[in-house]
Amino acid sequence: MDVLTLSRIQFGGTIAFHYLYPPLSIGLGVMLVIMEAAWLKTKNPIYHQMARFWTKVFALTFAIGVATGIVMEFEFGTNWATYSRFVGDVFGSALAAEGIFAFFLESGFLAVLLFGWDKVGRKMHFFSTCMVCLGAHFSAVWIVVANSWMQTPAGYHIVGEGMHARAEVTDFWRVVFNPSSMDRLFHTICGAWQAGAFLVISVSAWYLLKKKHLIFARASLRVGLMVALIAAVLQIITGDSSARGVAKNQPAKLAAFEGLYTTTSNAPLVLLGYVDEKNQKIVGLEAPDMLTWLVYGGPNGVITGLNDIPPADRPPVSASFIFFHAMVGIGFATFAVAVLGWFYVWRGTISEKRWLLWILVISVLGPEIANQMGWFAAEVGRQPWLVWHELRTPAGLSAVVKANAVLSSLILFTFIYFLLFAVFIYLLNDKIQHGPHEDDLIPSGKLALPDELTKHK
Amino acid sequence: MHLDLNTIWFILVGVLFTGYAMLDGFDLGIGALQLFTNKDEERRVLLNSIGPVWDGNEVWLVTAGGALFAAFPNVYATVFSGFYLAFYLLLAALIFRAVAIEFRSKQPMRWWRQMWDISFTGGSILSSLLMGVALGNIAWGIPIDANGEFAGTFFGLLRPYPLLVGVTTVALFMMHGAIYGVMKTEGALHNKLRVWTMRCIIFFVICAATTTMATLLYVPHMADRVRANPWLFSIALANMLAIANIPREFHHNRDWFAFLSSCGAIVTLMLLFGLNLFPNLLYSLPNPENSLNIYNAASSHKTLGIMLIIAGIGVPVVIAYTICIYWIFRGKVKLDRMSY
Ligand code: HDD
Ligand code: HEM
Ligand code: HEM
Repeated sequence: MDVLTLSRIQFGGTIAFHYLYPPLSIGLGVMLVIMEAAWLKTKNPIYHQMARFWTKVFALTFAIGVATGIVMEFEFGTNWATYSRFVGDVFGSALAAEGIFAFFLESGFLAVLLFGWDKVGRKMHFFSTCMVCLGAHFSAVWIVVANSWMQTPAGYHIVGEGMHARAEVTDFWRVVFNPSSMDRLFHTICGAWQAGAFLVISVSAWYLLKKKHLIFARASLRVGLMVALIAAVLQIITGDSSARGVAKNQPAKLAAFEGLYTTTSNAPLVLLGYVDEKNQKIVGLEAPDMLTWLVYGGPNGVITGLNDIPPADRPPVSASFIFFHAMVGIGFATFAVAVLGWFYVWRGTISEKRWLLWILVISVLGPEIANQMGWFAAEVGRQPWLVWHELRTPAGLSAVVKANAVLSSLILFTFIYFLLFAVFIYLLNDKIQHGPHEDDLIPSGKLALPDELTKHK
Repeated sequence: MHLDLNTIWFILVGVLFTGYAMLDGFDLGIGALQLFTNKDEERRVLLNSIGPVWDGNEVWLVTAGGALFAAFPNVYATVFSGFYLAFYLLLAALIFRAVAIEFRSKQPMRWWRQMWDISFTGGSILSSLLMGVALGNIAWGIPIDANGEFAGTFFGLLRPYPLLVGVTTVALFMMHGAIYGVMKTEGALHNKLRVWTMRCIIFFVICAATTTMATLLYVPHMADRVRANPWLFSIALANMLAIANIPREFHHNRDWFAFLSSCGAIVTLMLLFGLNLFPNLLYSLPNPENSLNIYNAASSHKTLGIMLIIAGIGVPVVIAYTICIYWIFRGKVKLDRMSY
């Protein structure tokens, strides 16, 4: 295989692996803030027990997120050196800002979150948890801004020519608020909330099925379902807005998402099916005119088909189509699951609905898969461009790196990541089997409840 | 030398890497020492002495990388693609050491703990060594072609001088870590660490003297600026005094001052390195005209200015809460239910 293919496999693989963990950290961060806030407010120790248990799970996802994140930080330089020279002026600032504003905040206060339970008071601990959660969100902000600039570049001009051409910032705020950054940021964050919420839901449902830790499980399930429902609704809203952005800024990508070949003013929306690339048509179930309606809010408006885009500028159609539809399908499914869950929690019969509990147990896979599919759709749909209409993917490669070198690193990291993943699953399972700690129901040391509260009881 | 934006960013990137060496240096050193004791309890104490802070320390590296990318993208691109395999080894080493800290004490089995201890120590030593080798190569000069691309090979990076710098770095971090360990422990482990610290100091002094001689003999351009400005020799002097002061403070049981001296040694070493490298970032050998310097490798003034604002807002805040966190976790390590 050539350097290009190997580098793409390696980059896609390492970032996809990294991206298994940050959504969990961001989402669990929100859950921890809610749990600790509830504890501070109600003084009910069950919330303390919840926060303690989920903190341990958080520590695990965070550790692997950190370990795999460092690889990403340097991979632009190792494998995409020409790209790095081209975008450094614009893209580098976002990465540096991520370090200064996000990672320091996260890692600093994480120490207090994990090890500070007996060293600081409850309010200070809660504050640290909030800072960790904020830090995790900041890292999403900067990295998504950087990636969105590659999708919809703005606020820059090109200086130099040929080998020495590079993008320079002309307007920092337009770089940050480029046409797609805010839509994609909110959408990505909703995806992360879903990932965290459904992990909590899944574990709680498992305890209910096994009739263990029942009080803990019911309380956790409620918090999980609340966040899941809100995030699932926002996910669809922000997804719709993202899609309209794609239609406007990256018509070739939208056409690939929907497998649309002919330019038309009554484009159908594909609900289920696949793209027959040879005959340039969709096989499956379509809702007539729906796509035009979704993009333009009415029956008038033209959507460009792939036939009107030069073949050299078309992304891989089937792949984009499948990734995109998988994500959207899962998006509606997680929404339905969250609604069902609430319905039976409200009826008070959720513990008896074993079929639903089983669905909730596996529901954790939904957001994780959708997050992966979403990024794959966004990144494959961006092809053949690395920076939209400015730099093609093959042109971004490192000039001096040989295929053998990339192959070696690819093999090394495939091995390492499989090992990490196996250990992660093993330890996560172990934590879940152990369950919450009984001692956590009676907070001690600096966390102990004020005397008068305990006396009354 | 007047202070333009490019120079400021040269200094700031240098500050970030120096901060990294000073802070992550001691936890890499603790990692290198982990296998020296075979008592599980003592290994846990060592691990927990860096438990709350190692991740924050590593962020200095991440931020330095980001700042290098933003301020001097050509250097970022040339070094990381040029040292490709070496960097992937470094990344692998950093990964093993990071997850070892988190995973080690999560299971009671002996083989499990042994396995992660080995990966913790191995990863720490290998990453210190590789960072030193990279530094040594940059001091020596690396082949760069007219397009600013690296023109050497992986094995070309493993010459004696860079390897010597690598070993010196390991020795430095081990000494730094051992002193930190002395500050954070008590009882039998504390006494053992005192003995190790003395050995590490001897090991480091031998390495440092050898490296200094080798530099003066074989890499004379790394002393050019000091030779031209004799008053700068005061920094070299300060460096030697800082190193000599470590065993003195240590002997008087002033561990905290010994640690400060060790920090001082690191800072002055980096300062000497930066002063002699300036204004180059990557010195090209054998064609010095291809060197990447703070002008031909830099981002636009606009970006450097924006980044200065970002750093101006961010860095003071970072320093403030970093100090708070070291303060919260001050004192000797005590194991409890939340410990690693
Ligand atoms: C839990 C995860 C999740 C779920 C359920 C959905 N998405 Fe999504 N989607 C993402 C997670 C995600 C993501 C991983 O966050 C992406 C990848 C890149 C990005 O900006 O967000 C994304 C990208 C993405 C894009 C491409 C943006 C671009 O390329 O610039 C569109 C158009 C949508 N989504 C639309 C939707 C719609 C209409 C959904 C209907 C329910 C939906 N997504 C569900
Ligand atoms: C976090 C989830 C992400 C996933 C799952 C993901 C996935 C992928 C995949 C699959 C590829 C290969 C595309 C192809 O070969 O067709 C790719 C390429 C790439 N992505 Fe992403 N990506 C993610 C985020 C990002 C972010 C945040 C950035 C930038 C900040 C980024 C920058 C790149 C670059 C530079 C390439 C290499 C060039 C290319 O092949 O297009 N990616 N990514
Ligand atoms: C949308 C995509 C991404 C998001 C939302 C994201 C978010 C995060 C988060 C929350 C963390 C903290 C550790 C954790 O909780 O797992 C993290 C770690 C990290 N990420 Fe990503 N990341 C993304 C993609 C990337 C990319 C493309 C890079 C490379 C430039 C990167 C670089 C890093 C680094 C260096 C760390 C380690 C930070 C530390 O030591 O604390 N991330 N990321």
